[in-house]
Amino acid sequence: MKTMRLSAVIASLLLTTAAFADDKIVKIGELDDQSGLYADQGGPGSVLSVNMAVEDSGLRDKGWTIEVISADHQNKPDIAVGVARQWFDVDKVDAIVGVQNSGVALAVAGVAKEKNGVLLVSGAASSDLTGKACTPNTIHWAYDTYALANGTGKAIVKQGGDSWFFLTADYAFGHALQRDTSAVVEANGGKVVGSANIPLNTPDFSSFLLQAQSSQAKVIGLANSGGDTTNSIKQAHEFGITAGGQRLAALLTFISNVHALGLEVAQGLTFTETFYWDLNDGTRAFAKRFSERMKSHAMPTMVQAGDYSSTLDYLKTLEVMGGNPHDGAKVVARMKELPTDDPLFGKGMIRIDGRKIHPAYLFEVKKPSESKYPWDYYKLLATIPADEAFRPLSQSECPLVKK
Amino acid sequence: MLGISSQQLFQQLLVGLINGSFYALLSLGLAVIFGMLNIVNFAHGALYMVGAFCAYFLLNELGLNYWFALILSPLIVGAFGALLEQLLLKRLAGLDPLYSLLLTFGLALVIEGLFQNFFGSSGLPYAIPKELGGGRNLGFMFLPNYRAWVIVFSAVICFSTWFLIEKTRLGAYLRAATENPTLVRAFGVNVPRMITLTYAFGIGLAALAGVLAAPIYQVRPGMGADIISVVFAVVVIGGMGSILGSIVTGFALGVIEGLTKVFYPEASNTVVFVIMAIVLLIRPAGLFGRTA
Repeated sequence: MKTMRLSAVIASLLLTTAAFADDKIVKIGELDDQSGLYADQGGPGSVLSVNMAVEDSGLRDKGWTIEVISADHQNKPDIAVGVARQWFDVDKVDAIVGVQNSGVALAVAGVAKEKNGVLLVSGAASSDLTGKACTPNTIHWAYDTYALANGTGKAIVKQGGDSWFFLTADYAFGHALQRDTSAVVEANGGKVVGSANIPLNTPDFSSFLLQAQSSQAKVIGLANSGGDTTNSIKQAHEFGITAGGQRLAALLTFISNVHALGLEVAQGLTFTETFYWDLNDGTRAFAKRFSERMKSHAMPTMVQAGDYSSTLDYLKTLEVMGGNPHDGAKVVARMKELPTDDPLFGKGMIRIDGRKIHPAYLFEVKKPSESKYPWDYYKLLATIPADEAFRPLSQSECPLVKK
Repeated sequence: MLGISSQQLFQQLLVGLINGSFYALLSLGLAVIFGMLNIVNFAHGALYMVGAFCAYFLLNELGLNYWFALILSPLIVGAFGALLEQLLLKRLAGLDPLYSLLLTFGLALVIEGLFQNFFGSSGLPYAIPKELGGGRNLGFMFLPNYRAWVIVFSAVICFSTWFLIEKTRLGAYLRAATENPTLVRAFGVNVPRMITLTYAFGIGLAALAGVLAAPIYQVRPGMGADIISVVFAVVVIGGMGSILGSIVTGFALGVIEGLTKVFYPEASNTVVFVIMAIVLLIRPAGLFGRTA
């Protein structure tokens, strides 16, 4: 009797430890703006990217069970936090990927830390994700506001654009982008003459563009994204702002914006991105497979490329670890130890603050006459090497960085 | 004065008038439909969007330019509106307006969802017609010709509609038919057909606003949802059934919103609703409305 009870106790102990051992089960959630003003930059395309990364990892053939689910956060942090909590607590999601909208990403980063999940952000831009809001569970992948400011801001100031007026999307992202770009402008001898905080998803910018025009700033910085950027550019064109000599700095532009504007309106725009579908053979191969499977046959944006790349690296790291420990901080720490190399972003690494490092590129939109085939929109002006593209660790406010 | 120059003030007033034109045109359609038919047409924004898309397809598939679209798009979308009325809305005649609100709200979600599914959210480009391109320097600002056209054209349409309904015999029949359909029917007037045509006319006005908007706001599935809340606020402030009220309020609120954008842009999205709340507290029937 006693031995039976003893063996029962030992057996149950063994079972409990077995539950905590690494297994080959992974569940990934793609949380994004699936239907609003940012949906074409990420959205359903990002869900596709994540699925492609899962397929390309080859892990399913090696006996792993990998499931991908998705949800629409509608650009509302409260909805996103609710979904993230349910995913981590109830649905046993290990990693959340995507997350456009910096306000949402900052909120979800807090949940990921609390629940010890993994957060791989490619959509949101705010450099605070690897700055004062950094956590051991977040990796900020494709780009951030510092890279955009450093690339585009510096280039334009050097070309003589030394007075700026900002049209800023009135939330975390817009403020971060304005702050980072102002810092670059002032560091390079320029000055900021004014700004207007504009609610997200505004259809009409005419009033703000006129204010920018009255300020007589040489450059009008658009610290917004998605539909807001497209509208501001289109209307700036209409009000003769560019014809009047002022320059537009569309700080965050995606290929989806250029496609929506048309080359006639978008030509000459200069901006920084870390991915372009036509950059090299690796990006072209991915883009071809991606656009074939997209209903709209659109080419992948930098966000969608980032979602592919981050998911693939996450799965590769799990394979190296031999199993999924279901411990977010542990997996992220391991990801920071391993260098990265994929056909989309080239060679890079993940820093202690969670910032993924890879080269950035300064692009200019082609004139309609220069475009030879569909989606042939960009020409490469300059390459910013990986070690210069992002905020140096010495300037980081991240508590994980030991000074 | 107040931190901005008079030049800037005039600029913003003019820009406000332009936006007000859209509000006026859209709220006019809503007011016609509610005033005449007692239907709270939540599908108005969605059909405004369909009007813009119609203009895009007329140009890109059939090669018909903007001027054709101005006439054809309202006719096509209006016909679709008539179909909706015959198939769905007719069944709710005589019931509480809440039912028509729910039905049209559902329709709006379906229509917008379908367009979102097929066309994505970024939108499609639609160029300003060459004849209206460019602009003129008014001294205090550069006014694009197209925007000037929007103000003038909207004012003409609004005035014509008001005249049609308030001053012509056809309008008199319409107004009589909504007050007492049985009696008007007894006079030999085909009331059901008038109702269908009125709904189609209101929808046609929404589609017309859509064609006007296509060159300056991106043609996007979400464009109706963006504007419909403000338009409803305008109609409520003006008085739900009042044609003149919706026109005047539309232009006035466009100007007020424009001024808010200068002095406190963060509030520009909400100022219309704040005004609506105040008006409802002081004068629940709206500024020009008659109590039911």
